[in-house]
Order: sequence, then C-alpha cells, then structure tokens
Amino acid sequence: MKKIAGLLVAGLVLAAGVWAQGALLINGAGATFPYPIYSKWFDEYHKLHEAIQINYQSVGSGAGIKQVTEGTVDFGASDGPMNDEQLKAFQDKHGFAILHFPTVLGAAVPTYNIPGVTAALNFTPEALAGIFLGRVTKWNDAAIAGANKGVSLPANDIVVVHRSDGSGTTYIWTDYLAKVSEDWKNKVGKGTSVNWPVGLGGKGNEGVTGLIKQTPNSIGYVELIYAAQNNIAYGSVKNSSGNFVKADLAGVSAAASGSVKDMPEDFRVSITNAPGKTAYPISSFTWLLVPSKFSDAGKRDATKDFLKWMMADGQSYAEQLSYAKLPKEVVAKEIKAIDGIQ
Amino acid sequence: MSGRLRWRKFVSGFMLTMTGVCAVVAVAVLFFILGYLVYHGGTSISWSFFTKLPTPVGEAGGGMANAIVGSAKLLLVASLIGVPVGFFGAIYLAEFSGGTVAFVVRYAADLLNGVPSIVIGIFAYSLVVLPFKHFSTLAGGFALGLMMIPITLRSTEEFLLAVPRPLREGAMALGASKWRTIATVIVPAAYRGILTAVLLAFARVAGETAPLLFTAFGNRFWSPGWNQPTASLPVMIFTYAIAPYDDWHRQAWAAGLVLLALILIINIVARAILARGIAIPRS
Amino acid sequence: MATTTTVPGASPISGSRSLLSRLREGDEIARLITFLFAASVVVVTLLLVFELWQGSALPRHKFGFNFFVTRVWDPIFDQFGALPFIYGTLVTAGVALFLAVPLGIGAAIFLAELAPARVSDTLEFFIDLLAAVPSVIYGLLGVFIVVPLMREYIQPGLKNSLGFLPFFTGPAYGLGFLTAGIVLAIMVIPYIISVSREVLLSVPRDQREAALSLGSTRWEATWKVVVPFARTGIMGSIFLALARSLGETMAVTMVIGNTPTISASLFSPGDSIASVIANQFTEATGDLYLQSLIELGLVLFLLTFILNGLARLLIVATSQRGSGMGQA
Repeated sequence: MKKIAGLLVAGLVLAAGVWAQGALLINGAGATFPYPIYSKWFDEYHKLHEAIQINYQSVGSGAGIKQVTEGTVDFGASDGPMNDEQLKAFQDKHGFAILHFPTVLGAAVPTYNIPGVTAALNFTPEALAGIFLGRVTKWNDAAIAGANKGVSLPANDIVVVHRSDGSGTTYIWTDYLAKVSEDWKNKVGKGTSVNWPVGLGGKGNEGVTGLIKQTPNSIGYVELIYAAQNNIAYGSVKNSSGNFVKADLAGVSAAASGSVKDMPEDFRVSITNAPGKTAYPISSFTWLLVPSKFSDAGKRDATKDFLKWMMADGQSYAEQLSYAKLPKEVVAKEIKAIDGIQ
Repeated sequence: MSGRLRWRKFVSGFMLTMTGVCAVVAVAVLFFILGYLVYHGGTSISWSFFTKLPTPVGEAGGGMANAIVGSAKLLLVASLIGVPVGFFGAIYLAEFSGGTVAFVVRYAADLLNGVPSIVIGIFAYSLVVLPFKHFSTLAGGFALGLMMIPITLRSTEEFLLAVPRPLREGAMALGASKWRTIATVIVPAAYRGILTAVLLAFARVAGETAPLLFTAFGNRFWSPGWNQPTASLPVMIFTYAIAPYDDWHRQAWAAGLVLLALILIINIVARAILARGIAIPRS
Repeated sequence: MATTTTVPGASPISGSRSLLSRLREGDEIARLITFLFAASVVVVTLLLVFELWQGSALPRHKFGFNFFVTRVWDPIFDQFGALPFIYGTLVTAGVALFLAVPLGIGAAIFLAELAPARVSDTLEFFIDLLAAVPSVIYGLLGVFIVVPLMREYIQPGLKNSLGFLPFFTGPAYGLGFLTAGIVLAIMVIPYIISVSREVLLSVPRDQREAALSLGSTRWEATWKVVVPFARTGIMGSIFLALARSLGETMAVTMVIGNTPTISASLFSPGDSIASVIANQFTEATGDLYLQSLIELGLVLFLLTFILNGLARLLIVATSQRGSGMGQA
C-alpha cells in the first residue's frame, strides 16, 4: 500500500513538473482599472497563440510598479504613470530603462448607491472634493443638491468608499481633485496611495464596486466598465468648460485628443480636467510598463508581438467593454517605440 | 426548605442551563457554517467548476480547475518540506538529543508555530521570491511547509516518546543498533500518531491564504512546473468574494465548500486513525 | 558479565568489532542526519527573526519609538505611524474576547462538569472541527452573512438602544471593528472551549466532592471551587485565543473596512496590522514604505510571541497543579 502511494506521489510530481513545459508563460501584474479588457486580450491572444500564456494578475497599479521594479513579474501595468523617482529606481536597479505603453483610454466615474435615487446625478468639482474631504457629509447637502434640482436627495449620511490598495485609479481620481481643489492638493495630494480623510477601503476596482453595490448611501470611484457591468448608477461630472458630462467613449476620446499633439516621448501624460466642451474630465490613459531589455528572447519577442497585436486587432475589443481606443497618432508613435525593446 | 436555599438552587439550575446554552450555541455555529456552505456552494458546484479555467472578467462560466491543481501542488511542496523536517527532527528530539538541545529546538518550533501566517508570507517573499525573481509554487509551498513543521515535529515527538520502554529495550537486547530500533520498531509502533499529526498539519495549511498572497501570487492559466505563479483555492475564494460579480460569488461558495469538505474529511480521518489506538504490539 | 548494547555509544564488551563499529557508524549517521533536520528548525526560526529585524532597519532608525504613537500613515509624504493598526488589532481582539470568553468558558463548564462523557466527547469533536475551518471561509461568511446582518439589524438595533454610549455611534456600514470582532469571536471560541475543558477535567475530583459534601449546589461547587482551581489554565486559553485573534488576517481584512482610523465607535471602519500588510505589501514602492510594513510584522510577531509564551506557562502550570495536588 505504501509503495503504491509512494509511486503515485512520485508520478504526480513528475507529471506536474513536466506538464505544459512547452508553453511560454509571461507574468504581468498591476492595474485593476483595465483588467476587464486585459483579461479579454490575454485570453484572445492565447487562443491565437496556444503556446503563449500571458498571466496577468489584477493587484493594483502600485503593486504593478513595485513588482516589475523588483523583477518578479515580466511587465507591469498602471494607470498612474511612474514618477521620476520610480523610473530612476528601476534604472538603478536593472541598468536599463522601463518603457510606458498606453493601451486604452478609460474613465473614472463617481458611482453611488442611494436608495430611491435612480437618476444620474450631476457632480461639480467642489461637490466631489467636499465629499472625499469629508466636508460634505449628507446627500442632500447644498453642494450636491444645487446641481441636481428636481432630484429628491435623502438626508442620509454619505458613505465614502476608496481604495485600500495602491491604485492607479486612485492616482487618476486624486490627480483630478488636486487640479480642481487647492484644499485637496494641500491636504491630501495625488498618488496611488493617499491618506484618505474619510471612508471605507475596498481592494481593487472589484472591491470598491462590491462595497458600493452592498452599501446603501455610498459613493466611490471606479473605472466605467465596473459600474456598467454591475448596473450601478454613476454620475456626470462638470468639466472645465462648465458642461456636465457623463463618461462615455466620446467624452474620453475628446479628453485625449488635446494631448495628442504634445505627447511626450515616454507617453507619460495626464488628461484629467482636459479642455474641450465635450471632454470627460476624469479620463486617463492606462499604460503597460515594459522593461526595455529582456534577458529571455522568447519572452521579448512574444511581448513585442503582443504589443503590436494589441495596437491593431486588440483595439477592436475596447469599445464593447467601454474603453476608448487609442488615438491613431499615439498608436503610430508607440509602434516606433516598440523597437526600443531589446 | 429555606428561601435562601431555594434561591441558591434556582441560581444553580439557571446557570448550569446557561452553560448548556453556550455549548449548544458554539456547536450550532459549526452546523450553521456547514449548512450555509452546503446550500450556497452545493448549488454552484458543477462539472465546469472542476474542469474549466477562469474566463475573462465579467463573462460567466469558467471554473477553478487550475486553482484545484495549484493547491494540490502547493500542498505537495509543503509536505515535502514540512514532513521530513518534522519527522526526522522529532526522531532526533525523542531518541538522540540531550536536554539543552531538545529545549532549544522545541522552543524554536513553538516560536515558529506562533508566527502569524502573514509574517511567514513576508519571510518567504524575501527568502524565495526575491532571489529567484519569481512568484512561484515553490515559494508558496515553502511558506506552507514552514507552517507544517512545528505541528509535525511536536506531535511526532510526543508519539515517539509514548512508545513503551519494554519495546525499545527488547530490540536493543536482541542486538539491534539505535537506528535499526527506531526504523523497525519505534516508528512503526507510533505510526498511527505520526500519520495523524501529518494529516492534521496538512489540513491546517490547506486553508491558509495570507502566506500565498505574496508567494504563489496567482495565475489565470495552468501553472507549468514549480517555478511559476499559481492559482490556489483559498486565494481564489478571497479574490472572488470581494469582487462585485455574482458569477464569481457563486464560484467562491463552491470553492469554499470544496475546501471545507477537504479539510473536515482529513480532520475526521485523522482522528479516526488515532482513536483506533496507538498500535500496541502483541507481546 | 557480557551485556549487549543498551547504552548507545558505549563500547561493547562482546561482539565482533567490525560489525559493531559499522552499526555504530550507522547510528552516528542517523544521529547526524536527524540532528541536521532538527537544527534546521532553529536555523529557519532565527533567520526569520533576523529578516524581520534587518528588514525594518530604516523606519526603526528614522522614527524610533514615534512609530508606535504616530497616527498618520501617508505613503506620499513618507510618514508612517503604527498607531491606527495597533489600535485596530487590539480593539478587534478585545471585542472578540469580550464575546468569546463568557461563551467559551460557559460551554467548557458544561462539557466538563455536566455533560455525560459521550455527549461531552461528541461535542468536543465538533468543536475541534470548528477550529479547523480556515480563515478565508470565515471571511466569506463574514462578507455575505455577518456584514448585511450587522448593517440591517444589529447596528441600527444597538444604535437605538445603546446609542448614548460612544461605542455605538456613527453610520452603520456593516463593516468595521464590531463586525471584525464578532467574526474573530467565532473563530477563537473553539480554542477557549477545548483548552478550558481539558483543564477543568484535570481538576481532581476531591475538590468538587469536598465542596458538594459541604452543602454547596452544583453551580456553587463549579463556580467557586473548580473554576478557580483551574483559573490559570483558563487564563492560558484566553491568552491563546488572544494570540490567535491578533494574528488573524483574511477574515479580518474582508470585514474591517480597511481604513486606518482611530475611533471610539465600534461601528467605525478600521484596519489591523495583519490586514494592512496583506493589502499593501506587494505594492509598497520605496524602501521606507516597505520596511515600515515589515516593522509592523515585527511588532505583531513580538506580541504573539509574548502571548503564546505566557499562555503555555499558564496552561502547563495548571495541569501540573491538577495532577500533583490530588491527595491532600
């Protein structure tokens, strides 16, 4: 009996070790913001190239930046571009640079769950900053009600939900708030992980969406697709031209169009509070963080091939998942930049 | 009967009934947990749960086949680390060592046992993930194996020490060397207890999640070999439970049921083995 | 008189030298191999402590003791203080013990004193199974059952009846210190019950019988004689439960709200040491950030180390007392 058990174990060990050795496994980690479309992309790419598996873990932009710098994953992903300090840290550690590749455009939307309110609310920058600073505490506060005449808002306490992990979505949100509110800029600042004045923390876009779905009178910020896929209400935000815009593909593309001309070489750009009558003010690119040198030729070629596919066929999946495609000019620039990966 | 006595008797009856209530409540919780899991998990278990890989976010269907295999691989690595160290270390403590060394080893084992699992995760990250530059099944298995060591070590030692002296001395009297005695007489005599210890340690780490968060990481596909990140049942439960998708919630329940069933069965089997008695050799 | 080897390592008086020296070598090898395995346990444990100490060097030097009293946890401005997490860890553990200790000791008394042996053993069997349920499953149940229950019924109920106390103020999120404490209570009850039951069973019969023969009721005999006799062991089980609740990660992180807050209200969301490490470890960019998390791990390790040590001392002390002093 013991001998049989022993052989079985040995057999399993060998099998598990040898199994699927043929596959090329590339590991990535990072932003939850684009996770719906990334998971779709990697799944579709795998169907086209059976031997290549790109395993992406949605753990938050902060973790993406950290792990790609440590070298424990092959590429990272973030909606908040790496700052100079982080770029330098990568360069110092590895001896070569890390490159940013925009993949899609998305929108961070103020999503809420107010019993009895099904209308799409209008949020002014002052209202949003006030809510997240903890100054606006009730739903029927003048700051909110003023922009929503005709909607009867209850006198309930607002439950703020934010991210508990290091998040690019947080970066986008706080980047916007820092631009529209001096108070926010001084008190809290912008970043992937900030010292929130109020609120509950959820892990990932998924966690925040889950919390909002289950918690009455809550408000939080998530990527558009998470609100749409889960049928929770999200509001319009007043842009820099004074119009209330509800996040959609047109609004996001309008926000991005202004930045195309001056797109820096490294693609790190912020498009929050962008000018334009129809621009959605809390839009952002999201980037893949790819090292400029790969030690494994197979991984390098697969990564480059994936990037090219992503910019061509991959873009066609974006709109059905409520992400906006990249502007053509940006794509052209990126294709040139892909050659920078050695 | 005086009034005071009547009062005292009443208090006695009342308080003792309350203790019964406490016991019932405690046990009821277990049945509630089991019942809820069976109800929610049972309705979500399907063939595809066991055979399919996860699907892209938001798309229904998909299962946890890779997580089940991943957990199995992790536990295998954990056992390969935890069982030999615990077993042979216990033999040393029970058969060979002197007082001080034994004390130090036992103290270290107890210390290790008390380390919160998240701290073990930190340790495994710095020791295995960073140098190898990979999240991997090995790192996760290492973390889990560390947690198995104290349980197997202390329990095995206890059962070895419980083997009756006449047995040892009889073997020695027949001219057997120390290691022979251990291998052919003492260990077989204690084997039920040792097996129980191993099973209980196994069941304990089968459900651990925290140390896997930064060691095995996660994988949407099959994890080839031992040096790649891998999905595991506990981590999938965690990830899916805090997400908003109903389909993921259903899968989390199913996974919870599978995991709990596995752990409870191992526990029951282990105790049954022990209850049948530590083998007393025929004289 | 010729004797065969009963003392390992002693040179035999009889027997061929070559055979026995081979055997002795076998013994030496066995001794060496098993020693290496045993030693590896010590090495690994030392390494762990060393890594925790080394890995937290930066914040230890930069913040010193201020680390323990600073409320701010701000990765942007590089300000790290452990106070909210220590507070959260202690508060949730406190709530857990507040609920679990009476319930646990009550159940243990029932099992040890009242229940017939078979019933007691069967119930104990189930309670041991409860102890084996993994943390993430408690978290799963916490998220889907306890949190809505808290939010819809229990928290508003407490607010209406006891809302004047500072503990029950604030909005009812469902998540927070109280919820985490309740989930932890369920997790640690089995430990209190099984250890307390054992120490109560080890109290010598004479004590009980003496009390009864002096005219006390069953309850008085139990509560005033048996339980105090087993007091140190029961304390030990409480310390064990405390150590377990301090280190608990998954169940807590799923229901505590994940916001570093210090608040008197139990309805408030908060964070615990284990929970913040689980959430932020893989993304802590910058050495100071990462090492502050490691320092938190070190703090947790020290806390559980001390508590576990105390627990063991107390439990051992009671069992020895119980078995030693039966006769007077």
